[in-house]
Amino acid sequence: MANVRNEARPLSPHLSIWKWGPSMAVSITHRVTGSGMATVGTILFVWWLVALASGPAAYAAFLDLFTVKSGALNIAGYVFGIGLTLSFFQHMSSGIRHLFLDQGANFELKANKTTATLTYVAAVLLTAAFWAYIIWGKTNG
Amino acid sequence: MGNGTSIGKVRGLGSAHEGAHHWWHQRLTAGANLILTLWFVLSIALLPAYDFETARHWIAQTQVAVPLILLVLTTFYHFRLGLQVVIEDYQHDETHIVLMVLLNFFTLAAGTTAIFSILKIAFTAGAAL
Ligand code: HEM
Ligand code: HEM
Repeated sequence: MANVRNEARPLSPHLSIWKWGPSMAVSITHRVTGSGMATVGTILFVWWLVALASGPAAYAAFLDLFTVKSGALNIAGYVFGIGLTLSFFQHMSSGIRHLFLDQGANFELKANKTTATLTYVAAVLLTAAFWAYIIWGKTNG
Repeated sequence: MGNGTSIGKVRGLGSAHEGAHHWWHQRLTAGANLILTLWFVLSIALLPAYDFETARHWIAQTQVAVPLILLVLTTFYHFRLGLQVVIEDYQHDETHIVLMVLLNFFTLAAGTTAIFSILKIAFTAGAAL
């Protein structure tokens, strides 16, 4: 509950002893992507649904924020679109890795480091595939 | 620090009482999220277009509206649990309580609005707006 930390007591002295590595980076990106989707992602998702439920004018106003006249994405569309999909695929990959760690698996240093790096590779590849399909996949098919 | 009785341990009544429950629900919803969000992202990619009519007709179908409502329930519960941990890690004073109240309001308001909108689309898709 509130006020549990006694300000007079020190934090662990080892807080200053650390170095960057994939496992630690994945831990912090899991938190950042989860919190980002929970706030920015949720607001945009609910906005999209409300616009769709309200009518064509509201939906046009929503689309207008993220697209140019031709229907292609504008800067905001790319920033939020790619930002949220990359966050999603990253959080998904590190979330699945997390579920394995929760079983007590994958704590050997080498494997732990490799799978941490793999979550980034998977997230970038899946995001690229998603947008490649949306942008080029449909004009042909 | 007492370790509790054996039966207490079996029942998960450790010192925190609620921690295991929170932890387990975060995992349960993670599994549900995985299926539902992958379905959602794939379906969005596969939609032929993103105009008003197409999007509405897609959501209005029962086999889309129902999983979409489930998605709102599981992801919103999941991030409600997740953001609680983030708040607890960084806020220890009165701000902790204020932020937790705000988090609950935000989650409930956004979730209710989302589900209401999905139902409204589903129930009025054929009607003129
Ligand atoms: C998203 C990533 C991270 C999360 C979710 C996280 C979370 C936490 C939590 C909950 C604790 C308290 C554990 C306990 O009391 O049982 C903790 C402790 C600690 N974390 Fe992190 N952390 C993250 C990233 C980092 C990074 C990047 C560093 C180093 C730069 C770091 C260094 C530490 C240290 C040294 C402690 C021990 C502090 C103490 O005992 O007072 N953590 N972390
Ligand atoms: C794709 C499926 C998903 C999986 C497999 C997944 C998995 C997980 C797991 C295992 C945790 C617990 C991490 C821990 O205890 O340290 C977690 C935390 C979290 N998730 Fe997810 N998640 C998914 C989707 C989402 C979505 C869509 C959102 C947001 C809308 C989200 C937001 C969060 C937040 C805010 C946290 C707390 C982060 C923290 O404490 O550092 N997750 N997720």
